[in-house]
Amino acid sequence: MIENPHSCGYHDQLSVAANDFLREIKVELSGGEIVIQCLKDEGVEYIFGYPGGAVLHIYDALAKSVDIKHILVRHEQGATHAADGYARSTGKVGVVLVTSGPGATNAITGIATAYLDSIPMVVVTGQVATPWIGSDAFQEVDMVGISRPCVKHNFLVKNIEDIAITLRKAFYIAASGRPGPVVVDIPKDVTDPNIKIPYSYPTNIAMRSYNPVVKGHIGQIKKAVDLLLAAKRPMIYTGGGVVLANASDLLIQLVRHLQYPITQTLMGLGAYPAPDKLFVGMLGMHGTYEANMAMHECDVLLAIGARFDDRVTGKIALFCPEAKIIHIDVDPASISKNVRVDIPIVGSVDYVLNDMLKILEEKSYATDTDALKQWWQKIETWRAKDCLRYNKSSPLIKPQAVIEAVYKVTQGKAFVTSDVGQHQMWAAQFYHFDQPRRWINSGGLGTMGFGLPSAVGVALAHPDEQVVCITGEASILMCIQELSTCKQYGLPIKIIMLNNRYMGMVRQWQEFFYESRYSHSYMDALPDFVELAQSFGHVGMRVEQPDQVEAGLEQAFAMKDQLVFIDFVTDPSENVFPMIEAGKGHHEMHLSPAGELA
Amino acid sequence: MRRIISILMENEAGALCRVAGLFSARGYNIESLTVAPTEDLSLSRMTLVTRGSDEIIEQILKQLNKLVEVVKVMDLTEGFHIERELLLLKVKAKSAEQRTEIKRLTDIFRGKIVDVTELSYTIELTGAGEKLDAFVKAIDLGDIVEVVRSGSSGISRGDKGMRL
Repeated sequence: MIENPHSCGYHDQLSVAANDFLREIKVELSGGEIVIQCLKDEGVEYIFGYPGGAVLHIYDALAKSVDIKHILVRHEQGATHAADGYARSTGKVGVVLVTSGPGATNAITGIATAYLDSIPMVVVTGQVATPWIGSDAFQEVDMVGISRPCVKHNFLVKNIEDIAITLRKAFYIAASGRPGPVVVDIPKDVTDPNIKIPYSYPTNIAMRSYNPVVKGHIGQIKKAVDLLLAAKRPMIYTGGGVVLANASDLLIQLVRHLQYPITQTLMGLGAYPAPDKLFVGMLGMHGTYEANMAMHECDVLLAIGARFDDRVTGKIALFCPEAKIIHIDVDPASISKNVRVDIPIVGSVDYVLNDMLKILEEKSYATDTDALKQWWQKIETWRAKDCLRYNKSSPLIKPQAVIEAVYKVTQGKAFVTSDVGQHQMWAAQFYHFDQPRRWINSGGLGTMGFGLPSAVGVALAHPDEQVVCITGEASILMCIQELSTCKQYGLPIKIIMLNNRYMGMVRQWQEFFYESRYSHSYMDALPDFVELAQSFGHVGMRVEQPDQVEAGLEQAFAMKDQLVFIDFVTDPSENVFPMIEAGKGHHEMHLSPAGELA
Repeated sequence: MRRIISILMENEAGALCRVAGLFSARGYNIESLTVAPTEDLSLSRMTLVTRGSDEIIEQILKQLNKLVEVVKVMDLTEGFHIERELLLLKVKAKSAEQRTEIKRLTDIFRGKIVDVTELSYTIELTGAGEKLDAFVKAIDLGDIVEVVRSGSSGISRGDKGMRL
């Protein structure tokens, strides 16, 4: 019998037994414990976070938990980028835990980064206790208000009873439809360790106001197939949506079936294998000559999971002037937002491509092979221009050569994160990704400082893979503190820094559009990066000669258990080509430093 | 073109901010906006008047639908509909002549005088926006003490309704 000082009869014994039974199905937990238990029930492996006053109850509950690993970053921006890198490379929801006020505001850049690239993320932020909300309390900021324009949705949880259902909704919203970050703001009193309620994690979630479309309209898909097959100069243009929907295999089937040329956006790289002949390279501002010219002259354009971003379209009035456009997207608001389309198909890319392939396979539809042959001949003449050529006999290290060497040494199999600028474009052009989720970069927001912390998330998710961070000396300094996180968790990331002593892309624009007035784009007083890496406990190397590039990389990648930071001293005057100036059409590319127009 | 958009949304704190924030973030116009809970207290009904080209209106409708708390969106201007707005107007009414004139004008517009002092009348008037404009114009500008307008509310004609 259970010892109970107040027990004096049959009824008491009965209620004790009943409570025991209840306790078996519903454990009593505090708010802080509920947060952690919910994350466990969601199958979360890693939380990227930084403690502080408003989340101490949650951190205390976390200390008692052995299932979830917490990764202590050095700045909350790093936490969001790491969770983002984890999410991009795995397809799972990235999880962040930070405190109120500055913890929350520091996370904003990373949240906006994930929002612009539609990355699923749940960000739990602490908030001051409910009675203090609105009183300008210590470390108080209206996180729901501040984050509203850059989240898919956000919540303020005011009662302990609402924690579980809110987190369940947050994960569901973040991962479904067009994915995105969701912020859950939890006031400190709601996680009070002394208030406990019975816990169970909701299994089903029904929201009358949120029902993303999954299946595409079959009539529209049939119309699209008809238009595609009638094309004389077809073009397929795909984006990050293919990666997000895990539809890479279906895309490959479709493209191989049709034998049509395919181009991919910066966000879409890897969904279709770049070394394949049917791939004509990335399109847009720094896309290949053949991709952009094919866009300009195609008569039918199939856009899949791409959003007609201004860096892709150039001047809208000059975009694909002769093409009928089919657009598949899970987000209806992406369709006809920037460019009017002829056949819209709202649905998840994987479902729609599946239906499309079925229709193509059911009947013996045929493409116009003669027209296609001529079209490919034209494309090959464009391809023959070799628009990505660069001077290979320079006495200075050419940044493109470094990326080519990284591609060679890693056999094209690495996970590559990047920061933002020239090095990002060269990585996109010269690392020929042949699998999705291997190319991790901030395409939409263009967040400098993204590369290193996102590599932290990738390295944790893929401990047996090579993880490379391609960066520049300007970007890396924006989140350099995460070298310390890498040391704490033993992450053997290889940092490839293209050091041209300039904010390269800014300098390139100043050279082209501001008569070479390099206003504040020179990086003066740079640290010694070799010693910097060493001071964090890592290996630092410097490579200054073109003939040392590959040997340096071989040496670095041979150190399998070490983070190696390689400072490549590159040609400071190198520019990214081809280039379409903002506001120009796809056919108006600069192809070389001499300003040769296509 | 002027459009009247009806929105059915979760009656939750911050829902109004999401709609207003969407309009300011994307540079859309809001001419007026009214909101109140429906007979089902978990839902709010909003009427929003905006202006834009067909492309912009299409984006507005799509973006509104995308908000997680929005249940339904309808462009009332696409079909037959009724639009009403409430006007409360306080006007100087001192002389007998002034009082008669304002009373007569109020009757013509089928308004009501809802408050009277020795110096003023307060008039209540409902109708479409243009009718209220016409009434305000008819009153001598110098005599107006204050004007309060609710912004338009709208509902479609016929037996169908915007429900869950």
